[in-house]
Order: sequence, then C-alpha cells, then structure tokens
Amino acid sequence: MSTTRKIAGVALAAALGATTLSACGGGTKDASAGGAADAPKSKTVTLVSHDSFNVTDSVLKEFEQQSGYTVKVLKSGDAGAALNQEILTKGSPRGDVFFGVDNTLLSRALDNGIFTPYEAKGLAEVKPEYVLDKEHRVTPVDSGDICVNYDKQYFADKKLAPPQTLDDLVKPEYRNLLVTENAATSSPGLGFLLASVGKFGEDGWKDYWSKLKANGVEVVDGWEQAYNERFSGSAGGRKAKGDRPLVVSYASSPPVEVLYADPQPAEAPTGVATGTCFRQVEFAGLLKGAGNEAGGKALLDFLIGKKFQEDMPLQMFVNPVTKDAVLPELFTKHGVVVDKPETVAPDAIAKNREQWVKAWSSTVVK
Amino acid sequence: MAVPLAFFGLFFAYPVAAIVGRGLKTDTGWQFGRVAEVLARPDIAGVLWFTTWQALASTALTLLIALPGAYVFARFAFPGKQLLRAVVTVPFVLPTVVVGTAFLALVGRGGLLDELWGVRLDTTVWAILLAHVFFNYAVVVRTVGGLWAQLDPRQEEAARVLGAGRFTAWRRVTLPALAPAVAAAALMVFLFTFTSFGVVQILGGPAYSTLEVEVYRQTAQLLDLPTAAVLTLVQFAAVGMVLAVHARTVRRREGALRLVDPAQTARPPRGRAQRGLLAGVLLSVALLIVLPLGVLVERSFDAPGGYGLGFYRALQDAGAGGGTFLVPPIEAIGNSLRYALAATAIALAVGGLAAAALTRRAGRLVRGFDALLMLPLGVSAVTVGFGFLITLDRPPLDLRTSWILVPLAQALVGVPFVVRTMLPVLRAVDGRLREAAAVLGASPWRAWREVDLPLVRRALLIAAGFAFAVSLGEFGATVFIARPDEPTLPVAVARLLGRAGELTYGQAMALSTILMLVCAVSLLLLERLRPDKTSGEF
Repeated sequence: MSTTRKIAGVALAAALGATTLSACGGGTKDASAGGAADAPKSKTVTLVSHDSFNVTDSVLKEFEQQSGYTVKVLKSGDAGAALNQEILTKGSPRGDVFFGVDNTLLSRALDNGIFTPYEAKGLAEVKPEYVLDKEHRVTPVDSGDICVNYDKQYFADKKLAPPQTLDDLVKPEYRNLLVTENAATSSPGLGFLLASVGKFGEDGWKDYWSKLKANGVEVVDGWEQAYNERFSGSAGGRKAKGDRPLVVSYASSPPVEVLYADPQPAEAPTGVATGTCFRQVEFAGLLKGAGNEAGGKALLDFLIGKKFQEDMPLQMFVNPVTKDAVLPELFTKHGVVVDKPETVAPDAIAKNREQWVKAWSSTVVK
Repeated sequence: MAVPLAFFGLFFAYPVAAIVGRGLKTDTGWQFGRVAEVLARPDIAGVLWFTTWQALASTALTLLIALPGAYVFARFAFPGKQLLRAVVTVPFVLPTVVVGTAFLALVGRGGLLDELWGVRLDTTVWAILLAHVFFNYAVVVRTVGGLWAQLDPRQEEAARVLGAGRFTAWRRVTLPALAPAVAAAALMVFLFTFTSFGVVQILGGPAYSTLEVEVYRQTAQLLDLPTAAVLTLVQFAAVGMVLAVHARTVRRREGALRLVDPAQTARPPRGRAQRGLLAGVLLSVALLIVLPLGVLVERSFDAPGGYGLGFYRALQDAGAGGGTFLVPPIEAIGNSLRYALAATAIALAVGGLAAAALTRRAGRLVRGFDALLMLPLGVSAVTVGFGFLITLDRPPLDLRTSWILVPLAQALVGVPFVVRTMLPVLRAVDGRLREAAAVLGASPWRAWREVDLPLVRRALLIAAGFAFAVSLGEFGATVFIARPDEPTLPVAVARLLGRAGELTYGQAMALSTILMLVCAVSLLLLERLRPDKTSGEF
C-alpha cells in the first residue's frame, strides 16, 4: 500500500518535471474551438479538408482582409477518410466548409446529407460540365486527370513510341513496363480502374485487366511507392533504380517534376499518355450545422473566385474549373490537355465501387 | 488506480465503444447477427489467419535475433554502447513509408542483396518479418536488457560453486528471473506486429492484408461501420486471448529478485566466446538496423550537383517552389518535441500510477485492469481516432480540434510501454528492504528515495524513452488531429513524399534523417539523466 503511494510520487514528480520542461517549450497555443479567449465565433470561418489542400498565404490573407473573417484550416487524412469523418460528425461539424469531395465519393456525401445548398456567387463562370449537383449542395472547385505517365528517356533509348491509349497498354511491346496502385487503398489506383470501366463498360473492364495482368502489370500499394520507387522517370525512382517506365499518376506530374528539379530542365523528363485518363472533379460544400454560415458562404465564393482558381495549379497541381482562369506558364509549357477523359457517373461508382474493387483484387492481385 | 482508470475510460473505452456501438446498433436494436455474417466471409477468415501467423512468426524471429543483443547490451561494456542503444531505438520512430523505402533498397529489386547474391525478398513474407524485427529490436533489448543488467551475477556464480554446470545455472537462476521481462517484450512485439499496417502493405504488396488494413479500409474509405465494428471486436478477442495467455504464464513468476546497480554488472568481454558473441550481435545490428538507416541518410545528402546539404537548406523555406506547408518544414521539429514531452509526461503519470497499483494488489479485477491498459496496442488507430470524433465533440470536452488530443492519443500507446517496463522491476523490489530502512528510522519518503528509486530509476528512464519515441514516431492518430500549421515530423515527411519531384523527395529523406537524429539525441540525453542522490528530484 505504502509503495503505491511512493511510486505515485515518482510518477508525479516525473510528470511535473516533464510538464515544466514542456511549458518552457510552449505548446500551449490557444487552439480550442470556441474557447473564451477566441475572437467572437462569427469572425472565424473554418475550412475542413484533406491532406492535399494548399493555398498561398498571401492569397488567403487577402480574402481575410476583404471579408473580415479569419480562416482556420483543418486537414484530416486522405480524401476518403476526411469525408467519412464529416459524415460521422454530421450535425456537429468541426468546421463551416468542407473541401475535397471528388466525383468518386460525391454520391456518398450527398446521400448522407451533410451539406446545405448554396449557390455560390460566380457559379456562372464555372464550366457547366462540372456542375454535377443541380441543387448546389456542392460547388465544383478543381479538376484533375489520373493518367499513365511515361519515362521519355526510356522510350527514346529503345526507339519505341510511348503508349497513348488503354488499348496500347496490353500490346506485347509494352510487356512488363507498367506499375499501378492498389485500387482498394489508393486514389489513383481506383481512378485507373474507373478509367477502364468508363472505356470498356461494366461488362468489359475485367477482361481488359486480365489482359493487363497477362502483359505483366505490377501492382504496388500506394502512389508514393509506385512513383518514387518503381517508376524510372521520376527523381526518386531514378535513385531507387526503378525499372518501370510506365506509371499510373496524374496529368500534372510532369510539370511538378520540372518545378521541383534543381536546376529546372527545359523539358519535362516524363510525358502523359492522354488516352488513359480518368477525370476527377473536386467539390466543396457548406456543412449542415455550420457555426458560421455567412462566413462559410463567403469562403465558397472565394474558392471559385479568380484569385484562388489561379493560385490552385501550383499549390495542389490541379486545374481550375472557371472559364476565365489563366493557367501558369509551367502548366501551359509542360502540361497536356486531356481532351477525352473517361468518366463514370457518381451514383454508378457509389453503387458498384466495393464490388468492382473486389473483382479487381481477385483478377489482378491474387 | 483511479487516475489511469479514468484516463482509459474517457480516452479509450468510451470512444471505441461508441464507434463499435454505432456500427452494430441500428434502429431495430443490436445486430449481433452481423458478427457471424462477417466472420463467415472467406476473405476475412484469410486475413485473420495471415495476421495471426505473421505476428507469431515476427515475434519469434525478433526474440531470436534480439535476445542475444539484450544480453550483450546488459552484460558487456564496450565503447559506443550508449550511442548504439539509442541507434537501435531509432527505427521505432520512423514513419513506415520511409522504412519501407529503406528496406526496399536492401531487399528489393536492384537492392543490396540483389546485387550481391541475386536475392529479392520484396513481395515475400520474409521482407515483412525482417522489417518487423527492425522495428521491434529495441523493444526486446530495452525491456529485457534493462532487467538483465540489474540481475546480480553472483547468484549464478553461487550456483556454479554449488556444482551446477554453466547452462544449468543459467536455466535455473537467470532464466526464471528474466522470464517476466521476456514475456512482456514478446507480448508487446506481438501486439505491434498484429496491428501492423504500413510495413505489410509496402513490403508485402497488395496481396497481403492484415486486420488493421481491413479496419482502416472499412472505416476510413468505405464507411462500412458494421463490418469495421466486427473486425474491431475480432481484434479485441485475439488480443484478449494473447493477454490471457500472458497473464497465466507470467504473473506467477514475477517475484522479488536481487537487483543491483547496472553499472556493476557490465564488463568488457573476455575470452573468445564472449568476443565472438559481441561481434555477432554488432554484425546483426549493423546489417539489420544501421544499414537501412544508412540508405536513408545517404539519399538525404545525394543532392543534385553532388553530395551536400542542398535538401537540408531547402527545408528552411516554406514556399519553396510550391509551398506544401504554411510553415517551413524545419519547424516540425519543435512541434514534434513539444508533443512528445507532453505525451511522455502523461504516459509516465498514468503508467506510473497504474504500475504502482498493479504492484501491490492481486486478484481478478487487477488482472482485468492490466489487460485494459494493454488493449490500445492491439486496437487500430483509426478506430480510436474516429471514436474521438463522435464522442469528444461537446463542451466541456470538445477536443476534436485541440492540440492536447495529439499527446493524449500518443500517451494511449505509451502507457502500455511504461507499465510493461516498470512492472517487472517494481515487482522485483524486495519489500523487506523498505522494512529494514523503516526499522532503521527512515521516513517513508527517505526509504523510498534510498531503496526504491535507485532500483526503479533505470526502468523509469527506459519507460520514458519508450513513451518519448512512441510519440515522436506516432502517425496514425496524429493525422486525424494535426493542424496544418503545426505538423509533426512524420506528418511532414508523409506530406513531402506525397508529391512528385526531386527536391521534395530529397527533403523527405532529409527530414527523416533529422527525425532519426532528434530521436537518438533525445534518448541519449535521457540515458544520461542521473538524478542527484541528495536532492531527490525526478
């Protein structure tokens, strides 16, 4: 009994020591939502998003100055995880606006009713093909394409034309060259699966994947591993001696490869096979039960405004959705225009996603 | 006992019960039929089987490789020992994505083994097992070695004098004394590998899947809460069984031992056998741990235009090229350290109190309490994280966006370590020593300071080191709660790796190297904490 007390003493002493230390290091920043020390609630607007959300500081500051709101950003995991957290906390949301529902998840978000309809100012400027919800529960913010990237150097050395379409990928000259991601856990992996569904239909896509498998497609877990380890065209892959000159990535990957090289090359080391793409559109919406609806609406207007739309490409490597937004030079110079991306209706995705992924796994992985 | 119970009730039991309940309860009442339904699915059965056997194999392999290491670290004095002890703990804090990278460089295609002997282990179970040894080597060396260093070697010598052979003396004297610590280490390694996520995915490829991966997919990706709930219950059941086995085999053996100052027991190796053992252990550490870490360090310096600090310099500006961060990545060091200090404080307070309570009492309730403390190791981070979301959402406990949630979540994982490292030593302290001190007129405080503290101090430091390392490397819970202006080191590394381009990749490697350094230096400083005998602080 007495020991208990004594050891409790040790624990407490240790704890006190450590707390004192940590107190010196700060760490007690005011971070409570709605704490007494905060500004009045209506002055802060909170954006909940996934890990990839980014914006230039000065662009955000300008919005804050013009609107009088302070913006707080919360990121919570990948796109799927972030959305599911919002669905779970329906009715007592952590923020006012959620950004990052893509078309593969759109039906789930709408069916769960987590958004309040709001027609953002400037919606007329958004290309009409992206406005998928007529009730305006969500507002399109950006689009991007998941496409096969190729290593230019490899195909030049082999004097072989790089593949351009999904059909090319099953040809014998491209045997053992492609690496893709697990459709069950990775968003580009799922996108590439959906591209094949869009192209070959609900009856034909499995057949296509059997051919891909016979042609030596490699499947790894995530994009990082596929792109930075196995793909021979990326900086990481060159170091890791990756030997796959074809990878499932994004249409914006070649410009990024240029941007983050030192010195920047005149030409991107990688190219995009434009006939292999699946188009993703990302949406934002006003959360039901938001503490600051007026602020949330102002923030949505800002997300499709010219400033933010033109800032996005270099921040998140996605394309604007408004007609008048000008792409940065990096994109016009090293990017590609994907004319005919594959698409699948959001409700078809919602209905069949799990069974497609299962069928894909048993076809390709097992 | 009240403090740890309240802590676990509030931050573990309640959130997990809530999320499981949400999965199993519909408007028509509890859906226990779902359990049988999910378990009958062949893919789930396969996942359960693979999860269990790889965890058992990983545990066995880790013990096999790390126990000689524990002996060497406990009983031999050699130059650079403290540094090496810190280095073997480094893997513990690295994000699995980074470790996967390092291991692929060794056992993957075109890796070291491939170049030397044409052996490729990636997409095999061997790569998974080796990576698990890499991660958990320190668990065995620290928990077992910590106690081993304090066992009085003269007891074994006495047995030899009485005519026992060398092996018999070891088997009858040392082994029984060590058994609780070995079992505790095995238990922790098992729980860790049982809930392995990243390692299995990256090194095994998509063909392998563990329960943890399934729980994550069902919860975070598919929002199939009923299935996730059943899988969480399965995890509970499996972990519960292991804990029961552990309890039956170990509890009876933990008893008073003669503990001495570890500084007295370590000697330089003598004779060919001992030198050979030392060399063997050093070689295994070099191959298994230093080499993969070396690969990462090498890549972090391999900047464009020759080796140099280019990537490290790039870490200091926030907006480099694209501005992945609101703040320079380098600031993540401060965030990580702050969280780790807070998490260590919480874990030591809660774990210390729990260990104290468990030392002096016995009975079924206490055993249940002990098991409860271990459960967080065997439950998926995503379950806890999502549980937080739906339970801690109202004032006075709306912690969903508060910084304190991060160290709290990390302490959940740290507490089992604190309990498991302190308990064997605490139980080994002979109560008669205290009585003797009291008879001689010492006040309880003084008796504790002169008797208990010197004996448990080492265990306390080891426990603190663990809690600190757990917090530094923790990723699962942090992702859910991290605020973008305060990323921790592992979160920052993951963000960098999620981008294309040479500079970002190099920065990720550089930041990983910094994470290793921060971990090693922190642990070295901890090892050097020598409380002043007269002041009684700490």
